[in-house]
Amino acid sequence: MGVSRNVSLSTALRYKGRGTFLTFILHRIGGLGMAIFIGLHVVASFVSGEVGNGINAVYESWLFQLFIFFCVLFHAINGLRITIVDLFPRLIDHEQEAVWLEWAVFIPVYGMAAFAILRSAFGG
Amino acid sequence: MAHKSRTLPLNKRGLTFEMTMWLFTRLSALAMYALALVGAIGALIMGARNQMSFADILRWSFTPNSTHVQSTNVPDLAPWSLWFWQGVATLLVVIAVAHGVHGLVVIVDDYITSKSGRNIVRFISIVTMIAMSLVAAYVIWAL
Repeated sequence: MGVSRNVSLSTALRYKGRGTFLTFILHRIGGLGMAIFIGLHVVASFVSGEVGNGINAVYESWLFQLFIFFCVLFHAINGLRITIVDLFPRLIDHEQEAVWLEWAVFIPVYGMAAFAILRSAFGG
Repeated sequence: MAHKSRTLPLNKRGLTFEMTMWLFTRLSALAMYALALVGAIGALIMGARNQMSFADILRWSFTPNSTHVQSTNVPDLAPWSLWFWQGVATLLVVIAVAHGVHGLVVIVDDYITSKSGRNIVRFISIVTMIAMSLVAAYVIWAL
């Protein structure tokens, strides 16, 4: 059966993993979000017709686009940090700095995408 | 944070399924970055600078499928629906499905710890992986 942890989210964030624990959770949310919603998008395109097009209409919503772009971009940028640190283990000493660098990359990239989504949604 | 690095030779570390997939996850991430870069550069060569927003270019990069640019200002879909882009999209999707399904297995393994339960998860994941790859290839090539 499942492992019981008995640790709340706020305790977990104060654990020495700190920033890396937050990115761990967001990485899972992003990965799950992509697996579910991009999988559903592919299946809906496969089914097409009324049902498929109805499901795909959800993907036109700007709110949903903000969510799925967060999933994709965060998962991609966090994944690149994990890949670089894992393939060059000497960098593990600088993990916290790598997390800060990751946010410094993620925020402008996601900001640009969000700006483009909102501008086309509200006709700027 | 001082730590001692292990210098065991590869054959003594035990190249198990988990270890292989650990490496595959990292390498497939790099491969997807390379393919997304091919998509982004291709989009810019085909004139995306004047016809698409940043979000549209990203959507094209993560899956260069011509139906993804139908709603943009691209005047002519022909260069966007070249067989080359279908090939890139197929490669990307097959790698992404394998990467994603293994990611789901890793998450599920945190909650299902019994031997038989994990075997069932492995079986379902392999079926899902093959089915999703075929469905995605059909969407890219036949629709």
